[in-house]
Amino acid sequence: MTAFTGTGSLVRLILRRDRVLMPIWMLFMAVLPLSLASGTAAIYKTDAERQGYIDDLGSSPMLILFYGQKPSDPNLGALIFWRSATGIVIMALIAVLFVIRHTRLEEEAGRRELLGSAVVGRHAGLTAALVAISGASLGVGVLVALGMMSQQTPASGAFAMGMAWAFAGIMFGAIAAVTAQLTEGAGAARGIGIGLLGLAFAVRGVGDVVAGGWAWLSWISPLGWVNQVHAFTDNRWWVFALAIVATVALAALALRLSARRDVGAGLLPPRLGPATAAPSLSSPLALAWRLHKGSLYGWLVGLGVVGGVLFGGVAETSTKLLEDNEQLTEILARIGGKSGAADIFLAGTLGMGATAIAAYGIAAALRMRTEEASLRSEPLLAASVSRMRWAASHLVFAFLGPTVVMAVTGLFAGLVYGASVDNIGREVPRVVGGALVQLPAIWVLGALAVAMFGLRPRLAPAIGWGALSLCIVLGQIGAALQLSQSLLDVSPFTHIPRVPGGSVAFTPLLILTALAVALAAVGLATFRRRDIPVT
Amino acid sequence: MENAISVSGLTKRFGQTKALDGLDLAVAQGEVHGFLGPNGSGKTTTIRILLGLLRADGGTATLLGGDPWRDAVALHRRLAYVPGDVTLWPNLSGGEVIDLLGRLRGGLNPKRRKELLERFDLDPKKKGRAYSKGNRQKVGLIAALASDVELLLLDEPTSGLDPLMEEVFRQVIAEETKNNGRTVLLSSHILAEVEALCDRVSIIRLGKTVETGTLTQLRHLTRTFISAELATPPNGLGSMAGVHDLHVSDNHVKLQVDSAQLDPVLRQLTSHGVRSLVSQPPTLEELFLRHYETEPVK
Ligand SMILES: Nc1ncnc2c1ncn2[C@@H]1O[C@H](COP(=O)(O)OP(=O)(O)O)[C@@H](O)[C@H]1O
Ligand SMILES: [Mg+2]
Repeated sequence: MTAFTGTGSLVRLILRRDRVLMPIWMLFMAVLPLSLASGTAAIYKTDAERQGYIDDLGSSPMLILFYGQKPSDPNLGALIFWRSATGIVIMALIAVLFVIRHTRLEEEAGRRELLGSAVVGRHAGLTAALVAISGASLGVGVLVALGMMSQQTPASGAFAMGMAWAFAGIMFGAIAAVTAQLTEGAGAARGIGIGLLGLAFAVRGVGDVVAGGWAWLSWISPLGWVNQVHAFTDNRWWVFALAIVATVALAALALRLSARRDVGAGLLPPRLGPATAAPSLSSPLALAWRLHKGSLYGWLVGLGVVGGVLFGGVAETSTKLLEDNEQLTEILARIGGKSGAADIFLAGTLGMGATAIAAYGIAAALRMRTEEASLRSEPLLAASVSRMRWAASHLVFAFLGPTVVMAVTGLFAGLVYGASVDNIGREVPRVVGGALVQLPAIWVLGALAVAMFGLRPRLAPAIGWGALSLCIVLGQIGAALQLSQSLLDVSPFTHIPRVPGGSVAFTPLLILTALAVALAAVGLATFRRRDIPVT
Repeated sequence: MENAISVSGLTKRFGQTKALDGLDLAVAQGEVHGFLGPNGSGKTTTIRILLGLLRADGGTATLLGGDPWRDAVALHRRLAYVPGDVTLWPNLSGGEVIDLLGRLRGGLNPKRRKELLERFDLDPKKKGRAYSKGNRQKVGLIAALASDVELLLLDEPTSGLDPLMEEVFRQVIAEETKNNGRTVLLSSHILAEVEALCDRVSIIRLGKTVETGTLTQLRHLTRTFISAELATPPNGLGSMAGVHDLHVSDNHVKLQVDSAQLDPVLRQLTSHGVRSLVSQPPTLEELFLRHYETEPVK
């Protein structure tokens, strides 16, 4: 038996466990540049048009921060490679989550120990996770390349772009393999991994925005290398050598670190907690605060502050983009001119932010299910805590959490946009309003998860997440697929008025709110009467 | 005196599985009551019904004079529960969990908490994820034992404890009942633990109570093993009351006999002329194992 014995069967185990999730995200990643390419090809037909588009986008430092340096050639492939750079970050993020999920989380749950006692080598678990993420990333890369080729772009560029995307996943998978060795808790390992991704993004972004004497910054970030492949212009294949060397070095480091520590232990000493509880930790709500505050802070900063600033910042540049497009300008003139364009942009991005926040609401509601299934709810309910009080402690976060995050998102978007058009007093309440009208739809999805938690606890996660996926599909591509209105109406987000800019129809908002209340009430009433725990 | 727990004819189904099938249980105030039965016999289900977590399909259950389902919140102020598999929140320290659970019951005795931490040798500063199985169990035990409650519901609470800690547990439970007059329902697999601690025992099997009584009473239910060589081949032994597992080959006899029927069976044997005789004294273990066997009770 070698240290790698059993890697193959562990890879199969990973594929089996992720047999639903993995095809979904792979397909999602593959469709992203494809849909962007076909959409762009239809609007910007000539090199001159595309060059104008590139120059427009490139005039905003915010977008350079996101996409990297402008491409040197305005062909369609180069434009798409540049415009879809966010996809690279998503690839890297998925890879981090994936590797932590199949390494440190397994260990934390004690399942690694179980496997360790079977015939698997010491390195098998980590290697299997790396093999699986590399395979999946290469799969995405091939799909991306084929998708680009289907849009009449050169094969060499398409292949360079596909491999660039693949290596974003592969490199960050290897980075996560290292962070997974550091801490005992999966949450902390994930946090460090995502933090490094954020750092890589920031370093690459600053290098690209400031450029000149600071351009070298883009070269010390793995995300920078992916951009530097310059697919469809230079096709710099040699950059992949850097990526391969980095990946091999990181994987080797992760394996060395893993070999030097005990199963379950981390290299960083675990942090100790207090020997006695603070006086405030004496209610279910106080406990729920401890359990939910991490993700609440994450959403507040990630979507509320960063997202808000970006939405607000880009809103003003979006008006600039439209200046050259006569047809659009004319349409927009009828609905309120240039500020109309910004309004449409803000209403759209706030709507997208709202679907993201719905994910937070659902996750917070489903926390009840996690607590029940892990038997952690039992000692509380066996103490002098009523079922309603326990459920309420989590529902505060499922319903008020998204409310606070949406309000903060609107506030920051309003402040930044208001500052850019020199009218903070007018824009802040309008944009905050645009954020808050989204809430009833967000609540409906959270309340559906609550209802299922009472009625069919085992199915609650599948139905909660399934409903959100359906809403995303209907919202993002429903109109493009020309689905019938009655089908689009299934998503609560369809009924949300477009604000700022549009008029606010209160009836759908009230109906959605009433629906959310009714669903939550059904969930609580059934939870009150049912057996606990259902495992 | 009123019983702390009285259960009669309790039934509970999970789909096709009949988890409880007319279970009876009576626990007097101030006693340590052993609750024994093979895996899957319904011990945890019974305790969860007593905690108002599961709703019984039939039968009655009274806990501390109240209805376990209806009065759950008020009753839980007066009891503490330790599950067989304590799970903790990964980011809360053991000390925080002990305090939180104590506060959510009737309150915590800080002196007792400190003393128990020392006796069980538990570091309260570690985070939930860092504890081993045995240490998680200790967190649950200390939280329960340091709480100001009159009833302890312990569901296989010592699983994962090492023998030294198992001994500490026994001492602490013995003190609990002697000094504080607490009632304990102790579901357990460990015979020595039950023999050391319990005043009375109920044995359940397939969701039904099959024996209940004091340990002395139960010892009367045990059997003596006899192996004898006789002068002539025996007859009539098979039809005698209290004889089990009879094996006869020529003059050799092996059998088990209920303690109550020892006298007539020995007379029958001596009537055939006993040449040699080996007997093994009755043990409780044998009694339990008999009830743990898988074929249904006759
Ligand atoms: N939530 C449940 N769903 C389905 N069956 C269950 C559930 N809980 C217990 N059972 C079944 O009920 C029976 C009794 O289980 P349990 O009370 O846990 O036994 P014990 O604690 O004595 O080992 C077992 O057959 C078990 O499989
Ligand atoms: Mg049990």
